Amino acid sequence: MIAAGNPAVATNVGRPLAGGRRFSLDWIGVVPFLAYAGLFLLLPSTIIALGAFVNADGAFTLENYQHLSRSYVVKSTVDTTVISAVTAVAGAILGALLSYAIVMGSPNGVLRRLVVSASGVLAQFGGVTLAFAFIASIGPAGFVYLFAQAHGFDYYTHGIWLFERTGLGLVYLYFQIPLMVLVFLPALDGIKPQWREATESLGGNTWHYWRHVAGPLLFPAFLGATLLLFANAFSAYATANALINQGQPMLSQQIGGALSSEVGAFEPGFAKAIAVEMIVIVTLVTVLYSLLQRRTSRWL
Amino acid sequence: MAVAARSIHGTRRLKLQVFRTVVFVAAAVFFLVPIGAMVEFSTRGNSGQRTLEYWKEILAYPDMVQAIVASLELAAITSVVMLVLLVPTMVWVRLKLPRLSRIVEFVCLLPLTIPAIVLVVGLFPMYIWLGTNVSDSILTLALAYVVLVLPYCYRALDAGLGGIDVKTLSEAARSLGANWLDVMWRIIVPNISNAILNATLLSVALVLGEYTIANNLLYNNLQVELVHLGRANAGVSIAVAVASLLFAFVLLVVLAFIGARPRRMHRDPVAMLASPAVSSQK
Repeated sequence: MIAAGNPAVATNVGRPLAGGRRFSLDWIGVVPFLAYAGLFLLLPSTIIALGAFVNADGAFTLENYQHLSRSYVVKSTVDTTVISAVTAVAGAILGALLSYAIVMGSPNGVLRRLVVSASGVLAQFGGVTLAFAFIASIGPAGFVYLFAQAHGFDYYTHGIWLFERTGLGLVYLYFQIPLMVLVFLPALDGIKPQWREATESLGGNTWHYWRHVAGPLLFPAFLGATLLLFANAFSAYATANALINQGQPMLSQQIGGALSSEVGAFEPGFAKAIAVEMIVIVTLVTVLYSLLQRRTSRWL
Repeated sequence: MAVAARSIHGTRRLKLQVFRTVVFVAAAVFFLVPIGAMVEFSTRGNSGQRTLEYWKEILAYPDMVQAIVASLELAAITSVVMLVLLVPTMVWVRLKLPRLSRIVEFVCLLPLTIPAIVLVVGLFPMYIWLGTNVSDSILTLALAYVVLVLPYCYRALDAGLGGIDVKTLSEAARSLGANWLDVMWRIIVPNISNAILNATLLSVALVLGEYTIANNLLYNNLQVELVHLGRANAGVSIAVAVASLLFAFVLLVVLAFIGARPRRMHRDPVAMLASPAVSSQK
């Protein structure tokens, strides 16, 4: 596809670089790819960025951004931030514990390979299936609930929290923990046993080791991974939409709501403004993550 | 002194063993119970017995069958378009335009930072236009899905191409009289067949799990139909969900198995699914 119809390229091969380079048409080879990316990646981004400033009649407006101060948007921004932060921190801590348990075992052991492979699958576990998995287990008809209820422990006496924010947070942990394992494991692998021995030979105990050696070294990696988990939860949509179909508590669901005409007003400009809000937050977090990642790589 | 030191190490090792056991058991319960529960739920009979009734009923829902077929077709089309677009470009950049490699990488990894729910807002007017002027078939979704799978496939293919000497191989082939099509098809592709398989499996798994874009562009793919049906008949819906999950799981196990064969892969291919990506599936 690329080679055909590009004679300049063909004559270039095998020759010294200097000859014929001036009229090189090599760049034509990347045109299909860049055109595709331009059409389906950059064009949508441009549509969002510009469309957020346009009203229904096609005129310039700041109205879409003003709508971001609507009480339900503010509420879902806060809710989404809280759920993302809580599941990021909880997922990071639990995932770090799991990673540590893995690292302390054999580096090529079956257990390690199993956990890492499973994490790869679970971190990408399709959102809808994930919601179903929790409904089938701890939902009102799930066997865990039926079993608990039969033994006098009814955990839904104060309402079915699985279909509220609490439940959503629990379900999010199902993909947050595996993601943490995948991201944090390389950092833990970088910790050398010699450092512990050095600490001990200098008279330090376990606390000293974690407080002054391993802790400070791992902290940037841990913080970076937590930010990645935050961005991951913040942009989640399918799980929330499959689990909670009333009230649309998450910001991503607000976008879906503004795009669909079912809920009420079809407001594409408003959807774009929320999208911009979302991408600003996610980008900010991702940039911080990569800065911390760079800092981590200095030592580990 | 030595005895004391040894016993300290002994207690530490014991503590470590206890810690590991507790963590692994807790993780196994948290991660396996929900999956087991889906199997249990989908085989539940009316009076407490085990039955495959829900599984048999899947075929009685033509919308669901249609959605499954559509998702499989989308997976196939997406994989082919992705390979045709990505493989020649990446080879070409390595051979002729090394200075562009950073740009291509940047573009390929860009979708990781754009959540699918954001991308769909920009795609929305484009698909309205496509729907009225070209085609409103669900298969047009493949155009957007190619972008979605780009980062994962790029990494898989990049690892494969990094493992062979593209330049020497293609120059050798060219000097023996091969044209560029031969070089691509008979030299490069067989040498990175593992990476190509990796990329294909990843994109199939991702497309089968995709919900956000289809749902907001009002197309009924597998996942969208799962949610619809889940409200009417949870048993059948959960049966299909288990089936699709197991299918994705098999794909990824195959993938891990391929990756395990030493073909100078720089990364665990399964790990490519997630790190350091903001995934598009949730």
